[in-house]
Amino acid sequence: MATIAKHTDQQDNARPTFKTRRASSRDWQTAWLWAGPAVVFVAVFLVYPVFNTIWLSLLDSTSTTFVGLKNYQIIFTNPSLLEVLRNNLLWLVLGTVVTVFLGLVIAVLVDRVRIESLAKATIFIPMAISFVGAGVIWSLVYQYAPVGQPQIGLLDAILTRFGLPPQAWLVNASVDNFALIIVYVWIWTGFCMVIISAALKSIPSEIIEAARIDGASEISIFFRITIPMINSTLVVVATTMVINLLKIFDIIYVMTGGNYHTNVIAVAYYQQLFSFNNFGVASALAVVLLLAIIPIMYFNIRRFRAEARQ
Amino acid sequence: MKTTDPLDTAGALPRALPTGALDLEKLNEKTGAAIPPPSLTPLERLKRLASSSSLTAIVVVIALIWLTPTFGIFITSFRPPSDIQASGWWMAFAPPWHFTVSNYVEVINAQGLGKAFINSLIIAIPGTILPTLVAAFAAYAFTWMRFPGRDWLFLTIVALLVVPIQMTLIPVLNLYVSVGTATNNSIQLTGSYLGIWLAHTAYGLPFAVYLLRNFFSALPSDLIESARVDGASHVGIFTRILLPLSVPALASLIIFQFIWVWNDLLVALIYLGGNPDTSPLTVTVANLVNSFGTNQYEVLTSAAFLSMALPLVIFFSLQRYFVRGILAGSVKG
Repeated sequence: MATIAKHTDQQDNARPTFKTRRASSRDWQTAWLWAGPAVVFVAVFLVYPVFNTIWLSLLDSTSTTFVGLKNYQIIFTNPSLLEVLRNNLLWLVLGTVVTVFLGLVIAVLVDRVRIESLAKATIFIPMAISFVGAGVIWSLVYQYAPVGQPQIGLLDAILTRFGLPPQAWLVNASVDNFALIIVYVWIWTGFCMVIISAALKSIPSEIIEAARIDGASEISIFFRITIPMINSTLVVVATTMVINLLKIFDIIYVMTGGNYHTNVIAVAYYQQLFSFNNFGVASALAVVLLLAIIPIMYFNIRRFRAEARQ
Repeated sequence: MKTTDPLDTAGALPRALPTGALDLEKLNEKTGAAIPPPSLTPLERLKRLASSSSLTAIVVVIALIWLTPTFGIFITSFRPPSDIQASGWWMAFAPPWHFTVSNYVEVINAQGLGKAFINSLIIAIPGTILPTLVAAFAAYAFTWMRFPGRDWLFLTIVALLVVPIQMTLIPVLNLYVSVGTATNNSIQLTGSYLGIWLAHTAYGLPFAVYLLRNFFSALPSDLIESARVDGASHVGIFTRILLPLSVPALASLIIFQFIWVWNDLLVALIYLGGNPDTSPLTVTVANLVNSFGTNQYEVLTSAAFLSMALPLVIFFSLQRYFVRGILAGSVKG
């Protein structure tokens, strides 16, 4: 099935559709009629706003006076906004590394057990749950109560059972960012696992068998054969995580509201827009997000064109 | 051996994946990892058995860790408020057993969750159908028609896939306001369902066009060309040949878009402005968290579980399409 699809796809790209007929101006009109609504939607809601936001980021808070790069200067000098950038970087690095690593480990593990599909379904379930729902779920896990009161949060109940003091997971600035990132990991590990698992199964077993016969240990098979062969999949999964994590909003909005040193770019954007009514800084924050994503966009298009040429 | 595993079939995986990954049934047989060669001594056999069962144990523990948080709010949502505050949800399994549905009755009636559920449907159904239709037309043109700028336009749309929504909110809001003033508020786009339908349509389009165009271009071109030669119109080809063939892709797309809109918080916050009469479940639950803090878990847990109910039902009943849609659409902005 897959090979057939691939094959016809190649044909299409090599040989333009309906090449026997010359495209007439009537054909163009029909084509524009079909593609037109989508093009208009995309132009009005995506293309125009991107340019407009770039322009607004150079204006003051009420979008009336031109201020040059002042909004960007604010973002990169204001201590609380610098913290926002630092937090986003922490999310980006930790979120990507942990989800991809856990996804890989779990994919390798479930590959060898009989309950594979049940285990995968269980870990994939959080993908169906909204970030808001996940926020409530994990608020209960992290729920804090002082010593002496009943601990209804699972984590603190475990801590106090072992005689340790309960922690305010979402308030204590040394752990709260990690506590929030765990929620993201809980949601997205299933995604990484399913994709990596499919890649693992596509490695021809002859190669692994041959390595075993030659006396290679399981560990060196994993690092010398498995990892290199699923490398491109790991890159795709990691890029997806990076895009997600740059724009992370709901978890923080629901669980801490950006308080206690947990703010990130998307939440700061929302606050600038609705709490401070500062359209300039809000737009500049959005542009920072876009600038961070552009390298990935470039990479995606290049990959897409390479696939189309194949 | 398992033969059908919805989580293994990835018909709409991102295209960079090895194509072999799609041919899973065969591969599952090939990679039967733990078939011991017949020459093993009893001791070695025992060792293998022990390592495979300890592996199973590890996987079971991981799965339980993943399940526990959700299970926790599920149990909590059925406990009386006084019990919730007095002990952790795991104590609900110790006698005396007190379970109640009154939390759900309370949130549906008094906290407006019933209304919010309807609002979510009002937003999500057109927010799914509209982009799917518009994208299907466009994908048809991008695949089977020739016009100047076709590939360039398509690449632009693919590039827009990852544009952060934040880049678009202020200009679109401004645009909505000026449409309102220009028409003397006879067309109200801010705070109205029409406004959010249009926004979701636009935000959903890049991915929908991308997915459908990929699917269409994998269909045999002879089929379409011979229909053209026989004099079939574009409308005829589209409705009688293309749509019936595309049911799997359309199902994945529709489920992905529906779940995306259903679970969306940011777009609803921005375009509906937090009005409780029109707010969907996500906004309503987020507001409950803000106003009650974490003192009233009977409200929060039952409200959150209500908001998750429909996506979970879709996940369990249409797992295959759900997984395909989610996997393919994960890069969406």
